[in-house]
Amino acid sequence: MTTLTKRADKIDRLAELTQQTESTSGASLWREALRRLRNSKMAIIGAVVIGLFVVMAIVGPWVAPYSPTAQTWRGEVFANQGKFVGMRGENWFGLDHLGRDLFSRMLVGARQTLLVGVVSMLIGLVIGAVVGILSGAAATLGGKVGQRIDTVIMRITDLMLSLPSLLLAVSVAAVMGQSLTTVMIAVGVVQIPVFARLLRGSMLAQGGADYVLAAKALGIRKKRIVLTQILPNSLSPVIVQATLSLATAIIEAAALSYLGLGNPDPAIPEWGVMLSQAQRFFDNEPMMAAYPAVGIIITALGFTLLGEAMREALDPKLRG
Amino acid sequence: MSLLELDDVKVHFPVKKGVFFDRTVGHVYAVDGISLSVEAGQTYGLVGESGCGKTTLGRAVLRLVDITSGEVVFDGTDLAKLPDEEMRQFRRRLQMVFQDPLGSLNPRQNIESILSEGMAAHGIGTDRADRREKIKAILARVGLPANSLSRYPHEFSGGQRQRIGIARALVLEPDVIICDEPVSALDVSIQAQVINLLEELQESLGLTYLVIAHDLAVVRHISDVIGVMYLGSLVEEAPSDALYAGPKHPYTRALMSAVPVPDPEVEDRRERILLQGDLPSPANPPAGCRFHTRCPWVQEKCALERPVLTDLGDGHKVACHFAAEIENGTIGLTRATGIEAVVGTDKSADVDAAEPVADKVPAAKVPAQKASVEDAVVVAKPVAVEDEVVVETPVAVEAPVAGKSVAEKPADVDTDADVAAENESDEAAAPEEEAVDKAVPEDKAVDKDKAVPEDKPASDEVADAAGTGAGGKTGSA
Repeated sequence: MTTLTKRADKIDRLAELTQQTESTSGASLWREALRRLRNSKMAIIGAVVIGLFVVMAIVGPWVAPYSPTAQTWRGEVFANQGKFVGMRGENWFGLDHLGRDLFSRMLVGARQTLLVGVVSMLIGLVIGAVVGILSGAAATLGGKVGQRIDTVIMRITDLMLSLPSLLLAVSVAAVMGQSLTTVMIAVGVVQIPVFARLLRGSMLAQGGADYVLAAKALGIRKKRIVLTQILPNSLSPVIVQATLSLATAIIEAAALSYLGLGNPDPAIPEWGVMLSQAQRFFDNEPMMAAYPAVGIIITALGFTLLGEAMREALDPKLRG
Repeated sequence: MSLLELDDVKVHFPVKKGVFFDRTVGHVYAVDGISLSVEAGQTYGLVGESGCGKTTLGRAVLRLVDITSGEVVFDGTDLAKLPDEEMRQFRRRLQMVFQDPLGSLNPRQNIESILSEGMAAHGIGTDRADRREKIKAILARVGLPANSLSRYPHEFSGGQRQRIGIARALVLEPDVIICDEPVSALDVSIQAQVINLLEELQESLGLTYLVIAHDLAVVRHISDVIGVMYLGSLVEEAPSDALYAGPKHPYTRALMSAVPVPDPEVEDRRERILLQGDLPSPANPPAGCRFHTRCPWVQEKCALERPVLTDLGDGHKVACHFAAEIENGTIGLTRATGIEAVVGTDKSADVDAAEPVADKVPAAKVPAQKASVEDAVVVAKPVAVEDEVVVETPVAVEAPVAGKSVAEKPADVDTDADVAAENESDEAAAPEEEAVDKAVPEDKAVDKDKAVPEDKPASDEVADAAGTGAGGKTGSA
């Protein structure tokens, strides 16, 4: 009798358990990736760094103790004589060559840097993705004509990729003149072929998958196959690349600013411009270059960490 | 008028080369002139070894690959010439179940989305709620819990995934379902379930199946008519029972001889026809009869003239010039069919030439003795030799498939082989003929024997070596 009850209990328990697992709604791959991301130390560090940077970019101008342009301590700094004011109570990072508060300039400059990074990445991502989708869709479902189109598009992107990125950016900036928009566009253009190729390659790999064939067999329209079947499965590497290219965009924007192709208005602080200006006084006041440089490095590192963590989280081979 | 009729269907894939401009340097003749017809409510089984073009043929019917020439007439309409959009609409009536249950489901869509996608494309169901009701009914029909709707493919087991694949085809209420190796990726125990489900659905919904498989037992179980493919063309077509009872084409004979018999005594006496060499490349198929390079009964005419599929009566069609002669024994073997066929000694090719078919010694016996005698090693127990060598062919692997998939056979046939099957991976159920092809390294194995000390029975060695040779590729023998 007892054994029977025990068995009955066991069965009930089993039923309960199966009920529990079955009632939970399905976990999509995106959700699982997010869960893995939350468990990754690298992702958390990256996210924290990026979070701080974003907060700084947003609230920076309001919390900055001084105006970034006010040359309040002009009389104290004699840059031409090599006399600088370093860290001190009222100016945490010291003063620059024109007697402006470096700490305030760093805070305010974060916004410009973030803007350049995000906008240029978006330019590259959006245009690159459109080109990539076109090319990928043409190659996978377009038949012979599609493959021709794909070949043409890809040769153009190859051409763009073969130019050194900085050279390409400099040429774009040179043509369009000096401004912040120029920097963003120049840096964005450099990213276009990268995104296009990546997405196209990813779509091509997915295009041969059985579920795409199944979708065709079901009679789903080509446009829909591309948008609902191929594209969602091809996005992971692009998302990772977007994060990673934010880092390079910031660095390249800084490089362009450093080369003097950035915002011509010296009053608006931007980390790249600040770094370029600090160069002249590096012998006397190296710290003036260190602040923006370290800022750029840490931010880029943050994005890279997050990007790498995302790559791991989205990798289907690691799906547990 | 049959529901689905194929007339001289050819699918040739161009082979391209070139850096800037693609230059066609040749063709792969994946499907090379196949004609067959499937009656409504019937199951047509298509068997053949890997690479013979059976999957391509299945895809060609649905126009998932471009048809080079020929007609695919479905219900009076030639699908091969339909414009794309009309073909798309026709796809509702012709559905497909894929081999890889996971790969054929979009990993980022949940089940409801996967199943409703096709309905939306064909305007079935008025709105979401209506479709959901339909989907629920189908899910119940294929034996999936109703709460599967919001779950994703990776959360299901292999068998369940294949049920989803079947449900996906069924929601469109098709007339014909093409099953491309529907069970080969599944566990043996699950295979029977899925096959029973397919049969059940056929009965209740009046479906017509074109089943593509390499598992002879599976095909026999569910097919009414079976077509045997070799290198892009049909070599034999017959009603299921007739084909298994009396295969007429040499290739089919070889295939059938690979099917194990669930009776140890019969199994021991079973005569194996082992084929020489590999499947020729479909890019460069042999002239004349496609099979003449490996046919044990090959004649001069075979290399010159390609035989056509001719009806020998009762719907038994064979593409062989000498089917009748082989049947009544007027043509003897011209190639070895025993283990020397795969061991590949030079002599073996003409050794058996004069040997009549009828009183041929069990295939396994000859080579084993020969190998050991030639090596001048004393054969301790010739009887044991035979047993050992039979094991060499991966028969044990396919045996349980026969037992299991012929639907829930009682446990009284539960032999060792059956137990082995539980442990075998899916891979192990790979086609016989493949295993046979790959058993080539025996050449070396025999050589090794010479170094074996005399006190050890060399025959065992041969068997062992052969076993690993054959088993290494298939899984573990």
